[in-house]
Amino acid sequence: MSALTTSPLSRLRRKPVAKERIREPFRDRVFVVVVTIMLAVILGLVLLPLVYIVANSLSSASAVSAGRVTFWPVDFSLHAYEVALNNPQILRGYYNSLIYAVFGTLISVTLTVAIAYPLSRKNFFGRNVLMTGLIFTMLFSGGLIPTYMVIQDLGMLNTRWALLIPNAIGVWQVIIARTFFANSIPEDLHEAAMLDGASELRYLRSVVLPLSKPLLAVLALMYVIFQWNTYFDALVYLKDQDLFPLQIVLRNVLILNQRNVGAADVAQQLQQQQLANVLKYALIVVSSLPVLIIYPFVARHFTKGVLVGAVKG
Amino acid sequence: MAVTTRRPSPPVPSRRRRNAPARYWRSRWAEAQHSWRLYWQLYLLVIVPVAYFVIFKYIPISNAVIAFKDYNVVQGIWGSEWVGFKNFELFFSNPVFGTLLKNTFILAFYLVLASFPIPIVLAIALNEIRDGLFKRSVQLLTYAPYFISTVVAVSMTILILSPRLGIVNDALGLFGIPAVDFLGDPNYFRHIYVWSDVWQTTGYSAVIYMAALAGIDPALHEAAKIDGASRWQRIRNVDLPGIMPTAVIILVLGVGNMMAIGFEKAFLLQNDLNLAQSEIIATYVYKTGLVNADFSMATAVGLFNSVVNLCLLLFVNFAAKRITGKGLWG
Repeated sequence: MSALTTSPLSRLRRKPVAKERIREPFRDRVFVVVVTIMLAVILGLVLLPLVYIVANSLSSASAVSAGRVTFWPVDFSLHAYEVALNNPQILRGYYNSLIYAVFGTLISVTLTVAIAYPLSRKNFFGRNVLMTGLIFTMLFSGGLIPTYMVIQDLGMLNTRWALLIPNAIGVWQVIIARTFFANSIPEDLHEAAMLDGASELRYLRSVVLPLSKPLLAVLALMYVIFQWNTYFDALVYLKDQDLFPLQIVLRNVLILNQRNVGAADVAQQLQQQQLANVLKYALIVVSSLPVLIIYPFVARHFTKGVLVGAVKG
Repeated sequence: MAVTTRRPSPPVPSRRRRNAPARYWRSRWAEAQHSWRLYWQLYLLVIVPVAYFVIFKYIPISNAVIAFKDYNVVQGIWGSEWVGFKNFELFFSNPVFGTLLKNTFILAFYLVLASFPIPIVLAIALNEIRDGLFKRSVQLLTYAPYFISTVVAVSMTILILSPRLGIVNDALGLFGIPAVDFLGDPNYFRHIYVWSDVWQTTGYSAVIYMAALAGIDPALHEAAKIDGASRWQRIRNVDLPGIMPTAVIILVLGVGNMMAIGFEKAFLLQNDLNLAQSEIIATYVYKTGLVNADFSMATAVGLFNSVVNLCLLLFVNFAAKRITGKGLWG
C-alpha cells in the first residue's frame, strides 16, 4: 500500500528487497488468534488421553489403583514395564507379530508391485478389465463365512499362512503403486532399455524398482502397520495360543479381563489386582511404541502415499 | 509365424448380417496376441496376484451361494440342498432384524456425520496459521492416533471411561456427579464409538484436505485480498469452494462404506450390558457363523449387508454426480 502512495522517485531509490510487511486488519489478527487457540484445544484433546495413559504406566501400582494419577506419574516406577516385558505370553505375541509384520510385508509388497506394474503399462492388454475386476472386490465381497470356507479348504486354518496370505494385496495399495509407476517413471526410459536389449523383467528390476524407492517405502509402511495392528484375522483363523499376534494377546489381557474384577479380600490378591491395573497401561505403551517411534520419521512419506491414492480417487 | 498361430475365426453367424462385431473381436484378438508376444513377461508377473484375487476374493463370492442353500459339511457347497430365499425370510422375520438394522444404520450415519466436518475445520485452521513449530507439531501429533491399533484404542477408551478409576469419572466427581458406567449403559455406546473414532482419524483425514487447500490457486486469494476480503470471507468464498470436490468424494466414500462399518471396534467395545445398541450386522454375522456355526444364515446376513452397501454406494455416487457433476468415476 505504502509503495503506491510514495513518489515514483523515492520508490526507485529504495532497495527493492526492503522487508515491508503490511499489517493485517485488526479483525484478521483476532481471527488468527482465535484459530490458534482452537488448534491448541484440539491438540490438547488429542494428547490428553495419551499423556494420561503414559503417566499411569509410569506410576506405582498402588497409586494407579487408588486413582491418584492424572497427567503426571505418581510414585514413579518402572515395575509394570518390567513385568510386562518378562511375561512369556506377551513376548511370544511380540515375536509372532514381528514375524507377521516382516514376512507379511515382504509378500504383500512383492505381489502388489507384481500386479501394479503391468497395470501401469499402456500396452498391457486387458488392463482396464483387470482393474475393474480388482476395484469390484473393494465394493462387494462374499463375506466372512465364504472367505472362511476358502481358508478352511486350503488347510490354512490355524497356521501362520492364514495371517500372511488372505489379505496380502490391498486394492488401494495397488492403485497407489499403479499411479506412481504411471506418473513418475518416464516412458523414455523404457524405450532406452528396450533398445539396449533389456527384457521386461530386467527393466522392472534394474530401472523401475530402483527409481521407486519412495513408493516401496510407502507400501511397506502401510502393510507393516496393517499387520501390526490387525487382530480380526487372528481372531477368526487362529486357535493355537503359540501363534497369536500381540493384538490378540492384548485383547485377552486388556479387554476380556475388564469385567471380571472379582472381589478380592486376601492381601496378595489385592496386590495382584493392583499390578494388573498398572500393567494394562504399561502394555498399551509397550505395544504401541514401535509404531509411534517410527511414525514421525515416516509421516511425510505416509502422507504422500495417501495423497497419491487420493489424486487418482 | 503370425498367421500360423492364429486361431480359427469364430463361427460365422448363420444369418448374414453386418459382421462388424466379429471383425471387432478379431482385431481385438490380434491386438492381444501382439501384446502377449511382445510383453509376455508382464503377463507372467500378474499370474500370482490374479490367482490371489480369484482364490481369496472371487471364490468367496461364488461360495456365497450357500446363502440360498441349507449348507452342511458332508454334502459341501454345491451338493447341499437349495432352499431359495428361506434364510433371508427367516432373517427378516427374526425380531433381531429390526434392531440390527437400526443399530447399524444409526451408528454408521452418526459416524459419517461426525467425522466429516471436523477434519475440514482442522485443515482450514492449520492452513490459516503461519508455518512454524506449532503448526508442524499440531499436524504431526493429531495424526499420531491413527497409528494406534483398534485393540489399544478401545482399551484406552475403556480405561479412561472406567467407573472406578477412569479420569472422566474423576472429573465428573469434582462436580459432584456420581460415577457413570459408560460402557455398561447401551445409551453411551454410540457416542463412545463415534468420538473415539473421531479422535483417531481426524488428523489423518485432514491431510487430504490440506493438500486440496494447497492446490487452490493463490491468485484467487490475492484477488480476494485486494477486494478487501477478511480471512473469514476468504475461507468461505475461496477455500470452501476449492475443497468442495474433495469433500464430495470423501463423503461419497464415507456413505458408500457405511454398512461396512468396522466389526473390529464394535466387537471390542461390546459387552453383555450394552448389547442392545452395540449389536450390529457385522458382529451378528460373526456370532451366527463362527460361534453358532450356522454358515448359511451368516452368509445370507452378510450378503444382505454387502448388497445394501453396494446399492448405497451406487446411489450416493449417482446423487453426487447429479448435484455437483462429480462422482467417484469422473
